[in-house]
Amino acid sequence: MPDSMINLHTLAAALPEMYLAAAICLVLLFEAFVGDRRPGATGTLTLLLLVIGAGLTVQFADVTHRMVLFDGSYVADPLAYVLKLAGFLTVAVALLYSRTYLQNRDILKGEYYALSLSALLGIFVLISADSLLTVYLGVELLALSVYAMVAFDRESPLAAEAAMKYFVLGSIASGMLLYGMSIVYGLTGTLSLDGIAVALNTPHNLGVILGLTFIVVAVAFKLGAVPFHMWLPDVYDGAPTSVTLFVGTAPKIGYFALALRLLAHGLAGVTVDWSAMLVPLAVLTLVIGNVVAIAQTNIKRMLAYSTIAHVGFIVLGFASGTVNGYGAALYYTLVYVLMALGFFGVVILASRKGFEAEKLEHYKGLYRRDPLLALAMAMLMFSAAGVPPFVGFWAKLRIIQALWETQHLWLVVIAVLTSVVGAFYYLRVVKLMYFDEPPESLPETVRSFGVRFALGVNAAAVLVLGVLPAPLLDLCARVIH
Amino acid sequence: MHDHLLSLLIWLPIAAGIVVLLLGDRNIVAGRWFALAASLVTLALCVPLVHGFSAHTAAMQFVQKAAWIPRLHANYGLGVDGISMPLVVLTAFMTVPVIIAGWQVITKRPAQYFAAFLIMEGLMNGVFSSTDALLFYFFWEAMLIPMFLIIGIWGGPRRVYATIKFFLYTFLGSVFMLAALIYMYLKAGSYSIAAFQALPLTLVEQRWIFAAFLLAFAVKVPMWPVHTWLPDAHVEAPTGGSVILAAIMLKMGGYGFLRFSLPIVPDACRELDGLMITLSLIAIIYIGFVALVQQDMKKLIAYSSIAHMGIVTLGAFLVYAIVASSGTTLDAGMGLDGAMVQMVSHGLISGALFLCVGVLYDRMHSRQIADYGGVVNTMPIFAGFMVLFALANTGLPGTSGFVGEFLVILASFKASFWYSALAALTLILAAAYTLWLVKRVVFGPVANDHVAKLTDLNGREFLILGVLAVAVLLLGVWPEPLLKVMEPSIQHLVSQAAATKIPV
Repeated sequence: MPDSMINLHTLAAALPEMYLAAAICLVLLFEAFVGDRRPGATGTLTLLLLVIGAGLTVQFADVTHRMVLFDGSYVADPLAYVLKLAGFLTVAVALLYSRTYLQNRDILKGEYYALSLSALLGIFVLISADSLLTVYLGVELLALSVYAMVAFDRESPLAAEAAMKYFVLGSIASGMLLYGMSIVYGLTGTLSLDGIAVALNTPHNLGVILGLTFIVVAVAFKLGAVPFHMWLPDVYDGAPTSVTLFVGTAPKIGYFALALRLLAHGLAGVTVDWSAMLVPLAVLTLVIGNVVAIAQTNIKRMLAYSTIAHVGFIVLGFASGTVNGYGAALYYTLVYVLMALGFFGVVILASRKGFEAEKLEHYKGLYRRDPLLALAMAMLMFSAAGVPPFVGFWAKLRIIQALWETQHLWLVVIAVLTSVVGAFYYLRVVKLMYFDEPPESLPETVRSFGVRFALGVNAAAVLVLGVLPAPLLDLCARVIH
Repeated sequence: MHDHLLSLLIWLPIAAGIVVLLLGDRNIVAGRWFALAASLVTLALCVPLVHGFSAHTAAMQFVQKAAWIPRLHANYGLGVDGISMPLVVLTAFMTVPVIIAGWQVITKRPAQYFAAFLIMEGLMNGVFSSTDALLFYFFWEAMLIPMFLIIGIWGGPRRVYATIKFFLYTFLGSVFMLAALIYMYLKAGSYSIAAFQALPLTLVEQRWIFAAFLLAFAVKVPMWPVHTWLPDAHVEAPTGGSVILAAIMLKMGGYGFLRFSLPIVPDACRELDGLMITLSLIAIIYIGFVALVQQDMKKLIAYSSIAHMGIVTLGAFLVYAIVASSGTTLDAGMGLDGAMVQMVSHGLISGALFLCVGVLYDRMHSRQIADYGGVVNTMPIFAGFMVLFALANTGLPGTSGFVGEFLVILASFKASFWYSALAALTLILAAAYTLWLVKRVVFGPVANDHVAKLTDLNGREFLILGVLAVAVLLLGVWPEPLLKVMEPSIQHLVSQAAATKIPV
């Protein structure tokens, strides 16, 4: 029900975005006046702002039912609330992990934090988008902030190349999205996703399929599904690791919301059409992601292909075309973000000033050099492989269940077979850390207590949520209905 | 106490393992004693389990049930019947010698070694006592992680290859079972194993589910032709790892057939029992010949394990042939009885044989048969034990090895003369490869200087081999208590397996 009246009650639901916009301004001002004198202060301020933002969200944006605001361009519902909280938390953890990394490489600048927050704002806009324009606004705000972050290390030619690739390919994807949207608008005469959901209900219409094709390509590009995944390994590899950590985590929440709002909600009437397009994409993504990951010698590239493989599972959740499937995809996304924070956190902690722990061989005998870091990484690896008692198992279980519910027998077979292939390269990391002897002359890992504690909590969460999965499973199933 | 006994059997060793891990290598003396105490306490917990167990019912006992994941209708459901209770006791029993066997031998990261075995013990007890399929799968898979680390960290030169092969092989088998379990959950509306057993399934569904179970359990047992991971894993694993692998982990496959395949998809089992019997006979005969030519002691015992587990799968799937030829279900339990006794007995004997090889390996650092000869001259007490366990392995009457094999061969005679003729070849083959092994290693003149310098068993080794020898003999001359405990459950299983679940 569109609610054109703007009052305090409706504004409160949009508080996270307004707060974040104000926070970006504050961070920029703070950096301009204080930043030069106290290099770390902006980072501390940003973390504080994120925590306050999470608190405000809990206090004011916890809506019990779906509310459509601002002339049908913005939606606040329990799903948005959960995703925004997850966004605050993810960015806070990512920035916490990155701090020493940025300091050691002389790129601890206030702009980094401002860009992180504007990316988060883009994610929030995507999460609450209820019209094509809002969707596009969110996509671009997020993408432009992230392009700049990838190029943040001006000295690094590799990062510049990665940013350039990302920018050019990303712009093409944005163009595709816009073009697809224009076709849908032409067919329905409305920008509102609710309106489109009502208007578009005849599947197998040629015009709709044309528009859908462009939209699906753009969504697949943003998520990193094969064959639109080419940017992903280059960006993960070329960007500074702290940026890889950021790009690999928070935006996934936004792009999950993009797929959900746009495909599962707005284009719900033609689910048959787009889910048929997603099925081959998901299969290719699972196969290519898992197989190519085996061939990598660089851990950032390996994790990039592992991301692609995980995206395959998320796409499968959408391809099932059911509410349970979307719930499973949401659960998978949150679990993946939790694990990815851990992986890249370990990579950051294993690196030192002047030394990037990027090669797989840098993890040889990590157990000897730093038992706790190795234990955390091993737990995360087993979780990513989908072995109980870790949470990654439940994520895969939910997706397989959703596929069974829709009678996708052969997708179940492909999903389980590719997870066995995937297990190999995760096990290889454990093998390197635990079974091999450390090579001489590797620098010590970072020993900062706060970050290590956070990483410990991160790894412990993977175990605890694996042994007692009920609360998070319940939450994900409850907010999507 | 009775309500939480099974929970204690699962979580006490796991908690103790974590404590040992936290004590670390620096406090290893305390850690070792703590690990031993924990394994003994766990074994002591089996006393009320056995004592309080009623042999008059096939129902689950010591039942515990709590909501685990309400949205998936999965419960934390525990309970044991006559099939699982002996296996829980076997697990608790075999962990103690493994802890003692590693006492001084393990010098590399000892705290993690003991912790891994304690955690394994808890997880294995969880597998045997779950009454909920999801919980079962949870423990079943979780167990791969400590075993992966045990082989990979403390194993031999090709340990990395062996452990990754082990993990991927078993993982591949299990994921299809998971897919089948989810499918049945969607039909039954619950993950309870009892609900699966009561669920009507068409023959086509049953065939597919049977295939998924077969992949999971056949890899674990292992059955020919998916057995190739086992010799590698055994050869590279440290002694303790081999013992647990042979004594307990292989039993999980057999247990899976009894708990899942036969009662859940009885019609598919009836249809495909010829396949299972053929595979079992191939394991018994072909693998027996393969064992004959091995040069490595551990590999020989590994192949012997595969052949002996062939007896177990043969016994399990004889049910239908017996019912068909005798027309009643009265005798049909005999094969299952034999399979169960064989599982317990093989757990003791193969564990003991691997410990014997471990004793030799600790002294000579070689497992090659050719490096030995005339060990009896320098290690007479050890030679006595080794000969005893070897004879038990061949199925000598008076040892536990005899009871299980005899029951299965007798049952196969009731099914068909040819089954029994082929199955009985195991007696000849097992005698050939085991006794030839003993002859080459233990008897004859002292082969070389290294053998001449061998010292006989120390007190620690004598203790563990002695206890196992008593268990093997006791079960051999007096199997009645074990058979009695199993009887109602086996009868219940026969009636489940003989029934049809195809909806009309």
